[in-house]
Amino acid sequence: MSELERLASLRTDASAAVAAFRRRAAEEGLLDVAYAELESPLGPLTVFVTPRGLVRVGYGAVEDEVDQVASLLSPRVLAAPERTDHVRRELDEYFAGRRQSFDLPLDWSLVHGFAGNVLQATARIPFGSVSTYQEVASEAGSPRAYRAAGNALGSNPIPIVVPCHRVLHSGGGLGGYTGGLDRKRFLLRLEGVRAD
Amino acid sequence: MSVHLPPFQQLIDAHAGELHRFLTACVGAVDADDCLQETLMSALRTYPTLRHADNLRGWLFTIAHRKATDVVRHRVRHPAAELDGVEPSVAPHAEPDDELWSAVRALPLKQRAAVVHRYLFDLAYREIGERMGISEEAARQNVSAGLRRLRLEVTR
Repeated sequence: MSELERLASLRTDASAAVAAFRRRAAEEGLLDVAYAELESPLGPLTVFVTPRGLVRVGYGAVEDEVDQVASLLSPRVLAAPERTDHVRRELDEYFAGRRQSFDLPLDWSLVHGFAGNVLQATARIPFGSVSTYQEVASEAGSPRAYRAAGNALGSNPIPIVVPCHRVLHSGGGLGGYTGGLDRKRFLLRLEGVRAD
Repeated sequence: MSVHLPPFQQLIDAHAGELHRFLTACVGAVDADDCLQETLMSALRTYPTLRHADNLRGWLFTIAHRKATDVVRHRVRHPAAELDGVEPSVAPHAEPDDELWSAVRALPLKQRAAVVHRYLFDLAYREIGERMGISEEAARQNVSAGLRRLRLEVTR
């Protein structure tokens, strides 16, 4: 029946309605997590923002990152680049060498317990300087818990902005990094730190 | 164990297009945008409370069907609204085949929705019945009555 074949092949454009929905969802407080993919010298990053602030910067494949955030925080997750503009701007400035510290509100929802103390101590390490696992463990209140500090840094949900790349081994070794050591080297070099 | 609900964005990527087509066929291009927005808002509101994620597509279509019904009922109660209610800010999308769309929209709502479910989305009568809250047999009758009318309208 040709009339109905024609009916089945019709196309319409949903994009305007979806954009309007996204705006309304945010206005009515139903957008728990907004995300966007950004380009960076370190490769694509996925950034996630809640009404409280930046909650995650992910190096992984976008689908996996989004899935993970949906199961850890809330399934009300939408791609909404317009809500992550300030994050993109500050990261662009940082990578261009025009920014040394971030003025972004942070949401620590993905961090629990001792790891929170470790990462907050890490957030205080200034641009261009480095610290050690032992020192951040002390700063976090447990000098001997440097192994736990290492774990906390390894699972830092907000890398780059919470600068876990500035934490090295006491002997000067590079230690580990959530996004791979090449990225850690790149970030340290960007900040003028010599590290092998 | 709580249910694993996929990120809402995944539902939009997978289904916003077909929901919009469904709504355009049911209520027309001008109201389809609003209807889709309402459908997604209402889905997002209750999403975290869903107790299983077995048939999210069917769940979305059920909501869309309800929103389309609201619009049509509103028009029946306020006939003038059809003329006044056109938001100038919402540009109507190009409708590739006006004659056919308007013939479909001239059908009574139940027949219209049943025909659209059947031919735009290739649903079985049982599923159509579930989405519309009617029996499988009633779904079949609505589709064939709708088709009879469409043939008359379009070939006339």
